[in-house]
This record gives sequence, C-alpha cells and structure tokens, in this order.
Amino acid sequence: MATESSEGTAEQLRLRERLARLRDLPLLRGVGVSGELARLQHQIDRIAEEPSADEVWRAVELARHQDRPYTLDYVERIFDDFIELHGDRSFADDAALVSGIGRFNGQTIALVGHQKGRDIRERTHRNFGMTYPEGYRKAMRVMELADRHRFPVITLVDTPGAYPGVVAEQHGQGGWIARSQLLMLRLGVPTVSCIIGEGGSGGAVAIAVADRVLMQENAIYSVISPEGCAAILWRDAGEAKKAAAAFKPDAAHCLELGVIDGVVPEPPGGAHENPDVAAALLGESLGIALDEVKKRDPAARRRERSEKFRRMGIFLE
Amino acid sequence: MASRIDVSIEHRGPEPEPAGKHPNTCPSCHSHYRDEELDESLWVCPQCGHHFSVRARRRVDQLADRGTFEEQDKDLRSADPLSFFDLRAYSERIAEAEMATGLGDALIAGAASIERRPCELAVMDFAFMGGSMGSAVGEKFARACERAAEKGVPLVCVTASGGARMQEGILSLMQLPKTVAAVDLLHQKPAAFVSVMTHPTTAGVLASFASLGDVIVAEPGALLAFTGPRVVQQTTREKLPDDFGLAESNARFGHVDAIVPRPELRPYLGRVLALFE
Repeated sequence: MATESSEGTAEQLRLRERLARLRDLPLLRGVGVSGELARLQHQIDRIAEEPSADEVWRAVELARHQDRPYTLDYVERIFDDFIELHGDRSFADDAALVSGIGRFNGQTIALVGHQKGRDIRERTHRNFGMTYPEGYRKAMRVMELADRHRFPVITLVDTPGAYPGVVAEQHGQGGWIARSQLLMLRLGVPTVSCIIGEGGSGGAVAIAVADRVLMQENAIYSVISPEGCAAILWRDAGEAKKAAAAFKPDAAHCLELGVIDGVVPEPPGGAHENPDVAAALLGESLGIALDEVKKRDPAARRRERSEKFRRMGIFLE
Repeated sequence: MASRIDVSIEHRGPEPEPAGKHPNTCPSCHSHYRDEELDESLWVCPQCGHHFSVRARRRVDQLADRGTFEEQDKDLRSADPLSFFDLRAYSERIAEAEMATGLGDALIAGAASIERRPCELAVMDFAFMGGSMGSAVGEKFARACERAAEKGVPLVCVTASGGARMQEGILSLMQLPKTVAAVDLLHQKPAAFVSVMTHPTTAGVLASFASLGDVIVAEPGALLAFTGPRVVQQTTREKLPDDFGLAESNARFGHVDAIVPRPELRPYLGRVLALFE
C-alpha cells in the first residue's frame, strides 16, 4: 500500500485531530474496534473548526487514492455467503455497479455498490465506476427483490459520476437516475448508504436515497467534480483545489449541512492504509445504522425517509 | 485521467450569442423580428419554426387562461449557505440575476387554469443563472407539488435548466431527491404531473423531477440530456449523432411521449388535463 511514511506520526496525529473535529459524530458511539478509537472518543466534544482548503483537498486525494478499498473489498470482509446477482433483466450487465445478496450480522441483506477497477484492464472493464442506465436498472431490480423478501438494503457509493456517453444518453441516463431515487424513497425495508470514496453527483445520489446516509471520513460527496467546477466557474480545470475548497465536498461539511447522518472513521492515514480495520469500522457503523432504522415499521420508515430529503436545502423567506 | 472525467451535473450560463447578434435574430435562419412580432408568434420563428427561449412570465401568459395565475412563494430567495466565492461572490451573482430578470429565482409557481382546467403551474426561467436548481428552486417546486396534491389538481411544470446550481454545493445535489420525493407525493395521491421539457433541460433537473411526469412533452429541437454534447465529446471523443440529445432523438428512444410545437402546446395540455379530471 502506498503511504507517505516520511510524514509518519505527525500525519497520523493531524488526521486524528481532524477526525476529532468532525462535529457531532453519532456513529462513533459504540464503535470499539480498535484502541485508537477509544482515545478519539474523548476528543469528539471539541468544537469543530472549519477544515482548511488543504484538508478538503486531502480528502479529495484520499477519496480517489488508487489503493482505496472498493465495494468488493468491503463485501468480502463484511458479508458472509455473498452471491453476486448480475444483469438488469432487459439489456446488459453493467460491471460498474455490483449487486447481490449476502449475510450481514446473521441476516440476509441486499447490497448495491459502484465498483472501480484496480489495474488498467479492470478499470476499463468496470468503466472506472461510471454507470450506464443498465447499472441503475440492475440496482433497482435487486432493491425490488429485497423489498419483496424484507431484506434490508445496503448501498456503497463510489463513482466519479454516471457515464457521459452517447449510448448512455440514448438509453435514458437522466430518467433512470430519477427513477432509481424514486424507488429508494418507496422501499419499505430499512436502507443504509455509505459514501466510501467519490460520491459524484447524480450518479451517486441515484443509489443514496436511504434512511441513513453515512460517509467515510475521507470520502467526498459533491454536485460536480472539483475539476469540472473549476473549468466552468474559474475557466481553468487547474483551479480544482480552489473549487473544492469553495464547494466543500468533505464529510465534515456534509454532516454540518444535514446531508449525511454520520461519519464512519477510517484507520490513520486513510482506508487504504489498513483495509481490514477500515472494513471493520464500516461494518460496525452499518450495523448500528441498520439497527436504528429497523425499529420503525415500513410505513414510518418511508414517511421519515421522504421527510428527511424533503427538508434538505437552505433558503431565505 | 479517465478517473477524473467530469460527468457532473453542470450549470452553464445562457449560450453566448455571437458578438453583435440581437436576441431577436433567429439563430437558424437569421430573420430578425420585433418583440411584438415574436409575442404574436409565441416566440416561434415565423420563417423557419425555430423555437426561441421563452422567459417564465411570458410562458405563463402563453399557457394560463388570462388572469388566472396566482403566484405563490414570491418572497422565497436563495441563501448562500457555503459563502461561495469563485471569481465573484454567489450572493452578487444572485442579486445581479434578480435585477436582470425581475424574478426571485429560476422558477415561478402558482395556481392557474389552462383551457379552463384548474392546475398548479411551475415554470423555470433559463435567464436566471442558467435555470439552475438550488435550494430555492427545489423548495418552490416541492411546494407546488404539495399544493397540487392538497387540492387534487394536476401539476404542469415547464423546465429550462442547465442542472443543479454549483454554488450551493452538495445542497443543490440534494434538490434531486427532494424534488423526487415531492413528485412521489403526487404519484401517491394520485394527482397528474405533466412535465413539459423545453430547451435546455439537462443534468440535475433531467435526472430528477422532469423525467417523472405521468406525461412528458418536449418542445421541438430542445436539448434534453443528462450530459450535454460538449462534455460528452470532450470526455469520450465519440462521434456524436447530429441530433444528439435533442427532443427528436429522445422521442425516438422512447423518453418522451410527444413533441409538441409551441402553438399547439396550450390546447394539447388542455386535452391532457381534461383526461385526468
């Protein structure tokens, strides 16, 4: 795994401080995976400070780190007896999005997640985690299956965005992103999403309309890529760092703005430094979130989920 | 750099007109008209049929029965939750757009009747920051859905938007599920939702409420795409079909119910609303 070991302890210390500053971390309660975290808990009450432009950019880099664990890395560590389900039942099997059923904490769940590739061949096969409409249709039919059989749905989000190609447009990219959101709002079963890397725009939110939306500490969630924003507003894609600092895609800001419900801690240095610990922390957080929403009946869950998204936004009146 | 391809919801300003070109000059056939002439023809070029962009209030005049439109939420305004600053402050851009358009934000909504059928009417204005959807647009649309559901009348929404408003960051992305949740309310009631897509309806608006109409109508020649041709071309280097993303292409691939020329739109909507009564 690639590290910047020269920065060593100082770097870890800085990240730990950053983590402590993440405001109001509901999910850290009950997390007892490593000794590191016990110490972190004492720091949670500290008043959050504004993450600096450098810290925001650090999250962008870590979210896109080439060794960052992807959906299937977590699947093999968190779920038992996972069976992947393929195809949208009408046209294709989109490899940029994986889905299936497996066992989580003794219960059958359905999983949907974007999948990037590690080497150039797999990256091409996975289309860099950029989904076609067929991918969202696959996600939808697996979520419908889950609803029929009362399996909770877990989604893992990690995409630069939905694929911007001619065929994707012809197959109705925008419409399927809209319908996937609509379906998620209607599910009666508990749903938990976690942004595990890049939460890129419409392609991300298509599978992130859940009862609880979590973000890993170094994930990003944004309406546009920093490069895209810089190209449009600064007329220079090289100003991506400035753009990221301006639109604030990091977990602390998303939590502050009420867009996500909790932050999932990562091992010092980022999830890629220790995928096993990252997976344990993620699994524990997903479990806590799922237990919370399981307590509600399906109608109440649907209503509360809709109301949560209905409230989002800040305006003047 | 393929992993950094920008496929995001984008918001572009109005298409830059070639220098010196008057907005009333038809970009297709270069005929020139006075305002009154274009008002008369519903802003469709009498010479070649090109559909000019229609400002929101003008669109309301074209569609609603005279004097029936009662605007709601007039005072709802965009905030600047991120204190966003690019080359200029977002708050400054909003103020300028307000001055230039005379609108509070990129969508106006209220009760109306179309061909004597009562409905809620929501109309977007591309001249207000590219019709981009931030919290104010999302909220106004959601309230229009709620009023329609409450009264049991259909919602007619005319879209013209470059997508989500970048200056509100992640909150603008959250207007996608928010407006989708609002449409769900209509679907559950059920109250009819007629989505009229005009040029351009792209990115975040296409990927949310606009695509969820019970009936989806498009104006001829309108660009209706999740990703616009320029970004597709740049990122994929694919050869684009001549009609890429246009209403006609969307009709061929089954994404819209009908392409309705502007002069026929009002009677068409009247017939649709009557069937849902």
